[in-house]
Amino acid sequence: MTRTYTDLPQLMGRMTGAEKHGPAALSTLDALWVLYDRVLYGKPGDPDRDRFLLSKGHGPMAYYAVLAAKGLMPEEWLETFGAYDSPLGHHPDRMLLPAAEIGSGSLGHGLPLAVGTALGLRAQGSEAATWTLIGDAEFDEGSNHEALAYAGALGLSRLHAIVIDNSSATHGWSGGIAARFEAHGWSTATVDGHDHQALYTAYTTPHPDRPHAVIARVEPKN
Amino acid sequence: MDTMRERFITVTTELLDEDPRAALVLADISASSFGRAAEAHPDRVLNVGIREQLMIGVAGGLALTGMRPIAHTFASFLVERPFEQIKLDLSHQGVGAVLVSALGSYDWPAGGRTHMSPGDVALLDTLPDWTVHVPGHPDEAEVLLRHAVADGNRNVYVRLSNHQNAEARQVVPGEFLTVRQGTRATVVAVGPMLDAVLAATEGMDVTVLYAASIRPFDAAALRAAGSTDVVLVEPYLAGTSANAAHEALADLPHRVLALGVPRAEHRHYGEMDEHLRAYGLDAEGIKGKLAGFLRP
Repeated sequence: MTRTYTDLPQLMGRMTGAEKHGPAALSTLDALWVLYDRVLYGKPGDPDRDRFLLSKGHGPMAYYAVLAAKGLMPEEWLETFGAYDSPLGHHPDRMLLPAAEIGSGSLGHGLPLAVGTALGLRAQGSEAATWTLIGDAEFDEGSNHEALAYAGALGLSRLHAIVIDNSSATHGWSGGIAARFEAHGWSTATVDGHDHQALYTAYTTPHPDRPHAVIARVEPKN
Repeated sequence: MDTMRERFITVTTELLDEDPRAALVLADISASSFGRAAEAHPDRVLNVGIREQLMIGVAGGLALTGMRPIAHTFASFLVERPFEQIKLDLSHQGVGAVLVSALGSYDWPAGGRTHMSPGDVALLDTLPDWTVHVPGHPDEAEVLLRHAVADGNRNVYVRLSNHQNAEARQVVPGEFLTVRQGTRATVVAVGPMLDAVLAATEGMDVTVLYAASIRPFDAAALRAAGSTDVVLVEPYLAGTSANAAHEALADLPHRVLALGVPRAEHRHYGEMDEHLRAYGLDAEGIKGKLAGFLRP
């Protein structure tokens, strides 16, 4: 069955047990849907597929709903969310869920892993793109800053970061998150994180010889 | 004679030429020595700068795309500083890398505590399925390093040190070698500790096993040695392999004496031999501990 964006609330409703993660899930839903629906190339297992590394592994309900909607995992799995034998935990595990490129939950791992993934694809002559999604509070983790400085210095043009900004970082990011990426030579775009056309335009903006960060602004957490 | 670290640079440079899967990730340490390799393989020799968390994350990412990454810096920055990255970006992702350290526990005592890492092997023991090689000679380091890079996608730690034995042994990766045979105890000498152990046990009726690979622990060799009185002599935290020895002999009444670097911070500078003496890891110190342990 072909699923569309309007099916996502029903798919998310099949999961229970992580209510506190609801807002985090909704903040990423549109960014994930546009990426999976219109941008990412290739299916799991294809060595030349584009990679998407969900770094912000908490609140994965939107992620699971999008994967199910795109036929990348069985919809029936949604009902097992968080159960002992389920492939779907409150944080994803790539060893249980083949459609997930990484297991995540601890913050600050996705962008460094994405840098390594982009380097590995480049070394093997692949043109596949690497994407990762982080949160604005996750951006506090120093490991992200190690990664963004290095990726900028190398001009890793097939690397992309999506930052979901719901203003949840304790001390904020004075001047906006994009300024940090720009300082290290990244291309950036800051858009309304619920506007599908704006997200698509930002995702597909050409960025020769430099990595690209899309800051998706959504309603503040508190 | 080159050092183990120099041999690592020579061998890794060759491996990068031979194996298109091999990649090297550095955090500035040793980077100048890999200049030719970086020129030949700019996409596979990656110096991330002084960013050790990123070094392990990049190794994990490379492995996710099917490559065989080697990451290298001093042990304190390779294992201790980015430990959660080792746990999550390698083990939890189900991918492997070869971590190659230098300096170890007491190689540069004048450098102080910040450059000592006697807890590295004990830390890796908290994670599943790591292979740990502790060569005692540059020739052994070469054998073990080549084996590590070729060892599928396993996670392997190769612990290099300036502390070394006079002669190389014919090491077999994963196996303890019998160097001396006796009946009153089995002494397991790990890597660079072999020369001191042989000197300490001169004329004693004990078996000496040589371990240049310490994980997985060669339980079969320990049992085959016959004695249930076991002495471990390790160049890192005392007791690191005690659990493995107890497990190997769990069905037998047995005794284990574990010698190694003490947990207490030894707040002195100086030279390696002064530290080995202070820790009781020179021949005289080991001999004294053995005398107290052996049954009359």
